[in-house]
Amino acid sequence: MSETIRAAWVIARRDFAAIIFSKTFFFFLLGPLFPVALGVAAGGLAGQVQRDIDQPSIAIVMDREEQQLLEIAHKDLSERLGQRALPALTMVAVRSDTQAQIAALLAGEYKDAGKVDAVLSGSLETPILTGPPDAIRSWEGELSLLIDHIATANAGDLTAIDIVEVEQSVGVEQEQQLKTAQAAQTLLFLLTMLLAGMVLSNLVEEKTNKIIEILAAAIPIDAIFLGKLFAMLAMAMIGIAVWASAIFLVLAIFGGGLPELPVPAIGWPLFILLGIIYFSMAYLLLGSLFLGIGSLATTVREVQTLSMPVTMGQVLVFFIAVYSVTKMGEPVEWGAVLFPFSSPFAMLARAAQDGDVLQHIVALAWQVGWAYLIIRMGANIFKRNVMKSGPQTKKSGILAFLGMGKPAKAVK
Amino acid sequence: MPDYAIEARGLVKNFDDFRAVDGIDLTVEQGSIMGILGPNGAGKTTTLRMILGIIEPDAGMCRLLGHERPLSVAHMVGYLPEERGLYPAMKSYDAIAFMGALRGLPLAEGRKRGRELLEEAGLSHAIDKEVRMLSKGMAQTVQLLGTIVHQPQLIILDEPFSGLDALNQQKLEGLIRAQAESGVTVIFSTHVIAHAERLCEDVAIIAGGKVPFAGKVSEARDRLRPQVRLETRSRDGEWRKALPDEAQAEGRYWNFTLPETGVEPLLKALIDGNAGIESLAIERPGLHDAFVAIAGEAAAAQMDQPEGDEA
Repeated sequence: MSETIRAAWVIARRDFAAIIFSKTFFFFLLGPLFPVALGVAAGGLAGQVQRDIDQPSIAIVMDREEQQLLEIAHKDLSERLGQRALPALTMVAVRSDTQAQIAALLAGEYKDAGKVDAVLSGSLETPILTGPPDAIRSWEGELSLLIDHIATANAGDLTAIDIVEVEQSVGVEQEQQLKTAQAAQTLLFLLTMLLAGMVLSNLVEEKTNKIIEILAAAIPIDAIFLGKLFAMLAMAMIGIAVWASAIFLVLAIFGGGLPELPVPAIGWPLFILLGIIYFSMAYLLLGSLFLGIGSLATTVREVQTLSMPVTMGQVLVFFIAVYSVTKMGEPVEWGAVLFPFSSPFAMLARAAQDGDVLQHIVALAWQVGWAYLIIRMGANIFKRNVMKSGPQTKKSGILAFLGMGKPAKAVK
Repeated sequence: MPDYAIEARGLVKNFDDFRAVDGIDLTVEQGSIMGILGPNGAGKTTTLRMILGIIEPDAGMCRLLGHERPLSVAHMVGYLPEERGLYPAMKSYDAIAFMGALRGLPLAEGRKRGRELLEEAGLSHAIDKEVRMLSKGMAQTVQLLGTIVHQPQLIILDEPFSGLDALNQQKLEGLIRAQAESGVTVIFSTHVIAHAERLCEDVAIIAGGKVPFAGKVSEARDRLRPQVRLETRSRDGEWRKALPDEAQAEGRYWNFTLPETGVEPLLKALIDGNAGIESLAIERPGLHDAFVAIAGEAAAAQMDQPEGDEA
């Protein structure tokens, strides 16, 4: 076993160096940053546009005195309800032909007022709201509240409410942690889909360059698989570290923040740690499968053809996990936890919603066991089909796949 | 120390319906140079791959340096496959170090030895070159150095001479001899009889997936009677009765196999019969003749066919 690990280390070191010191690795690191940069730029722009569009404006065509009362009430209520709760008010001096003035305001022909959504005219006792049906429906209530505020309380004294704060209601907390679970699953899926597929083509170089013969003569095939897998995992981790730093840097410079997610049940530090571990497990599990599949391909073309069905398989696994995330403890969720490929996804969702830490240790042992088994299977299928090793008869079946078939009998 | 570097008994390997190796026995003594002779497709490479544990035999057993699991002694074995392969982006010295690392040599030591070996081989200009920049012959030398960088006890070379020019073939022969002198067992396969004849004490002839002969080169040659080439002045006479029936005339020359009775009766008959001996040569047969006798004409014809730049 120690020889397998030593040999795997030799392979991993070679592969890792070959990836890191290639010129293409730079583009690999840079690639995902384009959409991020684009997203930041587009997000900033869209936000600006949104702000410009969103603040509706109501023209007030009333006496100067009434306008001032409205302004005070508007300021007072905005402080309690939030800046964007009420439409902006645009004060317009009353002209003799009020009807024509209102029409001009709504048509946007009025110079000083700009674009208005509706016009409030008349007096505070008998206000008239003129405008398109949508705008009237939206603002009728708010404007009534504004006028009533002047009429009843004379600005400033809203009823005081005694406040008693509690931590958070359990129902709300669980519902919110579900959001964290879903977000974490999506991120995990995105990263594995981007990165695990790369493992597919990993043995093609060795096969086309005939290096596989040298490797197979010197070290166990398991060690080759293991080494390649961990080299790719290390590369993926470097990628993730770079991208994560880039995102944090962008956020630090341009402001804004991560979407605010509720604290997961086991707390952020442990959750992030588990996220990294479960990413590794998802990567190793899917990667070992892909490496096994890819090792059977003889050409780059075959690998390319294989990558689509493989991606679809990942999407399927993701769907299982997403479907089960709302059904904590139900059979379908247990199924997702037990099925090795969806297990990391399902367990990360559990970490968000369930504070029990012990279950993760059990799950990790389960996943490591499966990853090992899949590597063994892949290596054995590779030996049989590519190296043309072992008996060619089909009799030995699944046991032989697992490397437990009977060895050739010794002749004394 | 086990007696044999390699001990294989009854190795059998089928590829689908084709039996590539059909019950091969092979023993190689420690410290010897063993040549495996056979035409292409005779099962040489398959046999070597089974011995090395790259593929498992369908039947039979094999011990490598006394161990039944070949990979357990991988650190003491060097192997040059028939189809050469190196990572093209690696530098020469690094490629050598990597091959050593696969077989347990620490990387730093491998790099140091890689540089030294390349210098000794007269390739100091290629030390820092990437493998893809090297000529085919140079790449092959790099791979050969990678095969011996970890100082193995047993070196297995599959068709090491193919693809090398005459000068490099000579260098390789020197290297094989030097390794053998330091006590390393060398086993190589070839389809060029001359290499085996020059280098080996022991040969195994593989043809059709079997080993019709394994043993000393001298034994193989002793299987054939010496060949006589005789030139006489007289064309006919009583003395001709001393010549075997299959003796062939070629002008004044006679070619035939020395009769079982030996040289003396033949000479006496020739002299007594006044044959008038102009010249007489009695030659031991070469390995090639032995090969023809053992493996058959067809296999021999296949053997020495020139292939590309091979000798």
